[in-house]
Amino acid sequence: MTASTDDAFVVFDRVQKSYDGETLVVKDLNLSIGKGEFLTMLGPSGSGKTTCLMMLAGFETATHGDILLDGQPINNIPPHKRGIGMVFQNYALFPHMTVAENLAFPLEVRNIGKSEREAKVRRALDMVQMGDFGGRRPAQLSGGQQQRIALARALVFEPELVLMDEPLGALDKQLREHMQFEITRLAHNLGITTVYVTHDQTEALTMSDRVAVFDDGRIQQLAPPDELYEQPKNSFVAQFIGENNTLMGTVKEINDGVALVELDDGELIDAKPVNVAEPGERTLVSIRPERVEISKDRLSPDAHLIHAEVLEFIYMGDIYRTRLRVAGNEDFVIKTRNAPDQPRLKPGEKLEIGWLPEDCRALDA
Amino acid sequence: MSTLNSSGPQTADAPTPDDAFHEATGLDARESQPPHGSGDGDGPVLAADGRPLKQSLKRALRAQKLRALMLIAPLLIFVLVTFIAPIADMLFRSVENQIVSDTLPRTTQALAGWDEDSGAMPPDNILAAFTYDMVAAAERKEHTRLGTRLNYEMTGISSLFRKTGRRVDDFGETYLDQFEALDPAWEEAKTWVRLMGDPDWLAANADWAAEADAAGRDFDKPAPPFELKPGIAAALPETADAYAEFARITQVEDEDNPAEEEPWAPVYLALFRDLAKQPAPDFAALAAPDRALLAPAAQAVPDFETVALADLYIKADEDWADPEVWKTIKAFSPDYTSGYFLASVDLQKTVDGVSAQPEDRQIYMLLFKRTLFMSMVIMGSCVLLGYPIAYLLSNLPMRTSNLLLILVLLPFWTSLLVRTSAWKVLLQQQGVINDILVWAHIVADDARLVMINNQFGTIVAMTHILLPFMILPLYSVMKTIPPSYVRAAKSLGATNWTAFWRVYFPQSVPGIGAGCILVFILAIGYYITPELVGGTTGTFISNRIAYHISSSLNWGLAAALGTILLAVVLILYWLYDRLVGIDNVSLG
Repeated sequence: MTASTDDAFVVFDRVQKSYDGETLVVKDLNLSIGKGEFLTMLGPSGSGKTTCLMMLAGFETATHGDILLDGQPINNIPPHKRGIGMVFQNYALFPHMTVAENLAFPLEVRNIGKSEREAKVRRALDMVQMGDFGGRRPAQLSGGQQQRIALARALVFEPELVLMDEPLGALDKQLREHMQFEITRLAHNLGITTVYVTHDQTEALTMSDRVAVFDDGRIQQLAPPDELYEQPKNSFVAQFIGENNTLMGTVKEINDGVALVELDDGELIDAKPVNVAEPGERTLVSIRPERVEISKDRLSPDAHLIHAEVLEFIYMGDIYRTRLRVAGNEDFVIKTRNAPDQPRLKPGEKLEIGWLPEDCRALDA
Repeated sequence: MSTLNSSGPQTADAPTPDDAFHEATGLDARESQPPHGSGDGDGPVLAADGRPLKQSLKRALRAQKLRALMLIAPLLIFVLVTFIAPIADMLFRSVENQIVSDTLPRTTQALAGWDEDSGAMPPDNILAAFTYDMVAAAERKEHTRLGTRLNYEMTGISSLFRKTGRRVDDFGETYLDQFEALDPAWEEAKTWVRLMGDPDWLAANADWAAEADAAGRDFDKPAPPFELKPGIAAALPETADAYAEFARITQVEDEDNPAEEEPWAPVYLALFRDLAKQPAPDFAALAAPDRALLAPAAQAVPDFETVALADLYIKADEDWADPEVWKTIKAFSPDYTSGYFLASVDLQKTVDGVSAQPEDRQIYMLLFKRTLFMSMVIMGSCVLLGYPIAYLLSNLPMRTSNLLLILVLLPFWTSLLVRTSAWKVLLQQQGVINDILVWAHIVADDARLVMINNQFGTIVAMTHILLPFMILPLYSVMKTIPPSYVRAAKSLGATNWTAFWRVYFPQSVPGIGAGCILVFILAIGYYITPELVGGTTGTFISNRIAYHISSSLNWGLAAALGTILLAVVLILYWLYDRLVGIDNVSLG
């Protein structure tokens, strides 16, 4: 799905943004989004993701660099001429208009005839399964219903690009999961390009073709969800996406794509060097809780094992979550499937744990 | 029903301002909660104690309501006593007219049967009644007040009453002289008091007089109120009535003893009229001494020299010959009158009905129209000037907007008088603006603009003064409109103007509504600014009301004008509610 600059639909080319002339909110952003792609901008608040979205929508101007839409620079095109659909965080449904009037608004300002307008509004309402609600006011709808209408309104004028600014933030968990599915389904069925901003990593992982992780005004990693989760490129991404165990250590040697890391308490482990190059470098080793093995069967005979002590055992239904003390780290968590062959560990129990070298990533410290 | 069962007591769910109170009603409500599963049947829902749930709920809420009432009670009482009651009293004055019937009770009664189309003065019996009323009113010094009241309706009555009040106690002197000539006893106060007074009262009065003499100057025990002798009123109705009035006034107003004072001349007039009546009065019921006193008088009366009361009045002031005077008195005899209201709309009340005021006295309709028109103009200019400011304020960062808001509020911190006077300095012909225009050769020195003491000046000064009342509600409403609406509109393809007009403006309408109502209602009753800068063409109806309150003292007319103003505001408010909907008014 990775788009090269040539066939990209949206391109950020060395874009910078500053509000006060002193600090850069967005630093040298380069990003290409392919046609029909669902791209999510993920990051903590203040990371610059919403600013990027607003620049694309035209509500903020880039301090430096170009933004291209379908090959055309759009820096100087006002928002209403960009033809980009947008779903806002609080839906921004016009409270003084009915649902149908809200949907007809973008068509009206485009001077589309009444009958065609009505047909399109009806189709859009049916698309989000809200066909009977045309006469209601937004205030008479529930949050989920408003969300659907906001979506329908952003799509009713058939834009090629839709921007969504944390559209599910105000919904409860169940509804959010349902809407995640629905938005993805719609986006893929209609073949529209979607740029989706969120700070919820689950949302990012489940919905997107690619995720751009933002921090400190830069894209830290741009990758499909599985790659992002399993192969984080740096310690920020590793810690921001999903649950993660970290151990500090020093690289002893690197050979054959496997790094031998000496942890701070002297224990030795195998890790995959990601952005460490030289022996002697400090490193942050990251292991996902579910990739830690407590039985030796699946590990190679010469794998390094490490001592651990059980501190806490939590039964969570589908999984067991066990907190261990490992190499002085008391927040080392492992997750095991709730299965008949899996032991329930007791606090105080001592054991040896290990992992496949490729699951343990030696990152920048 | 099921929600009631599952979510617990309703009363406890209701928001209460106070936790302690919450607990208190919670106890109550727990008792009234229906047992689980019992409420699914038909009929009213019952509480646990078998009473209807509604009733229980009401009882539980009563304490809450009572508490709320007690919290507002001090203010409520204050407002009632110092605001509502005076206003109600003022409004009542717009129809109240008891002064005529109170001051001239006999006349108003007698005039009821008078044919006002006769084209002449009323007959003697009405004039006699008027004489008794007038002499009593003159003694109480109330005739000038009545004259002032009637003068509102017919110019000149005031001086007529004042002049006549000085003379009316001589009316009947002719008869006084003739009765004295007949029997010097008539001159004696004692003769009168024995003839008229109740024997018991006479005794009590004599005791009181003796006590007063003995006590000297510091005596302050009230005299026993005069009472007529039984039967005398039947024999000599007018005389008894006139004498009783005399006795009461002597006692109350003059603090004298009627037993020692010679009656007014009009009492002799009454006596003459009683004795001259056909058929002759019947003295059979009277005691022998009274009969002995009255019989010779009754015999002599037909030979008395008479004098027509009409002539006496015309001699006092020839205006009395004008039947219009009497028509006016008759027209305003009832206790309640629509006269003030008619006058407020340039009409006048006559005995024949309602007619227009003479052209040169028609002023109020013009003033009402002008007040409404100028208030609308002021309201309109406040919207035009205030809307952009409020828009700017609501879109600026908090710090800047707070600073600018202070500038908006600055006029509030300056005295109204100072602000208005400042406009005088700026706008007058030798003022700052004219000087600058002349200096810049925009207007010639001899053609300086007249910008003050006219409508223009009033509109400028009042727009300035009332502008904050428009900006503040607009600002607070605009502040609540999220910027994402306009952004959404633009992202949907609307131009800046369409986004503003179709999306932003409709949401700011409640602020416009609130501002307009505030400004309009304030403007329509504004007084001080039009007074200072309005000249003759820029004054409002309120200035006229103030004039009647403080200068002409015609409170009834002022009250009627005020009532009409209030009614106009309420009607406009109602119209606004119908057209725009009062729900669409928001102060933020």
